[in-house]
Amino acid sequence: MGEVKLLGGLGFSPYVNRVEMALKLKGVEYEAIAEDLKNKSPLLLQYNPVHKKVPVLIHDGKGIAESLIIVEYIDQVWEGPSILPKDPYQRAMARFWAKFIDEKCISATWKACWSTGEEQAKSKDESVEALKFLEDEIKGKKFFGGDNIGLVDIAANFIGYWLPIISEVKGVQLLTEEDFPNLWRWANEYCSDNFVKEILPNKEALVARFKSR
Amino acid sequence: MADKVILLDFYPSMFGMRARVALAVKGVDYEHREEDLQNKSQLLLESNPVYKEIPVLVHNNNPVCGSFIIVQYIDEVWKDQSPTLLPCDPYQRAQARFLADYIDKKVMETGNWIWSEEGQEKEAGKKGFVEILKQMESELGDKPFFGGNAFGFLDVALVTYSPWFQTYETCGSFSIEQNYPKLSSWVKRCLEIESVSKSLADPDNVYNFYSTLKKKKRGL
Repeated sequence: MGEVKLLGGLGFSPYVNRVEMALKLKGVEYEAIAEDLKNKSPLLLQYNPVHKKVPVLIHDGKGIAESLIIVEYIDQVWEGPSILPKDPYQRAMARFWAKFIDEKCISATWKACWSTGEEQAKSKDESVEALKFLEDEIKGKKFFGGDNIGLVDIAANFIGYWLPIISEVKGVQLLTEEDFPNLWRWANEYCSDNFVKEILPNKEALVARFKSR
Repeated sequence: MADKVILLDFYPSMFGMRARVALAVKGVDYEHREEDLQNKSQLLLESNPVYKEIPVLVHNNNPVCGSFIIVQYIDEVWKDQSPTLLPCDPYQRAQARFLADYIDKKVMETGNWIWSEEGQEKEAGKKGFVEILKQMESELGDKPFFGGNAFGFLDVALVTYSPWFQTYETCGSFSIEQNYPKLSSWVKRCLEIESVSKSLADPDNVYNFYSTLKKKKRGL
């Protein structure tokens, strides 16, 4: 099938983790190459000249960048459980929610944790608004993908795993069981799933990473 | 059962035009509804409660939002109608998606200079914008279309900027035709496709929309 390499960071990036999740779901053998983003390798600069960011998937000597694009690529190329739904309308909805998570959820919640004062207050409001939409979307479903993990679950990894950890480190309450019972339940379901938990980065390592920022 | 297809749109919108172009090239019958963005319809607010924006494609009462998502949806649902817009090859498909997203982001980041008054902000924005035109020119190269030999997804994504070129040129006092000949030839080539040219907004119309709105913003 051709050689597969994944240019990743030092194991902390949710974006790289999305790609790892997809590759493992499909049972793809790959070489993980850790990039030092303060000292980018020629390989990274060659295969992602536009953004110079990770993750980059190199397959058969060709580079693909942007985590959600890579995940769709993996779904298209390799056999195994479907990451995107087969039905065109369900696919469109999955793409919509994945994009929404990237555009509205991650930046708002990240800012809410790391900023202060007025900026933090504004980001907190934006976070609540964004998380409400996800709360409604997950109602009545085990995963965003239905019975099985799909694109949106993979995209929401930051919300499910990284955000609670950062919240704990920074003492900023965002995704609480009281305010978002369904999303809370999903986060626990997702992160304790036997398959997923093996692929998520070690919690202590993440805590240490965020404490040192 | 016949398909019921409604497009909630706004005539000068580059994003709305993508849906119009995709529907037209695929020969899909649909009802076009022009939205008043100052007074959005109930259907728009219900169909896109998250962003409350056009375009929204409502297909048999199912709403699809986001211009690139709509174009891909149209390509997948009407897959038996040519042309196929997304490349079949997974790598080419990924590249098309990547470039469409990238250029869109860049235009959104830099395109606001046309709303600024004369000065440093406008010049800086214009400079950033010109960089994207250079990149598009280089990406196109000697290919007849961004998709290669045939009009495809990336062409749908990018041709909808062309009705705005006249506005950019007038605001920035520069000529896209002179500076970016490959891009200009590509636009002309796209306009030769009837379903594309009838879907794009008229550049004069776009300029009138822009100058009316700019005057309003200035409080005139």
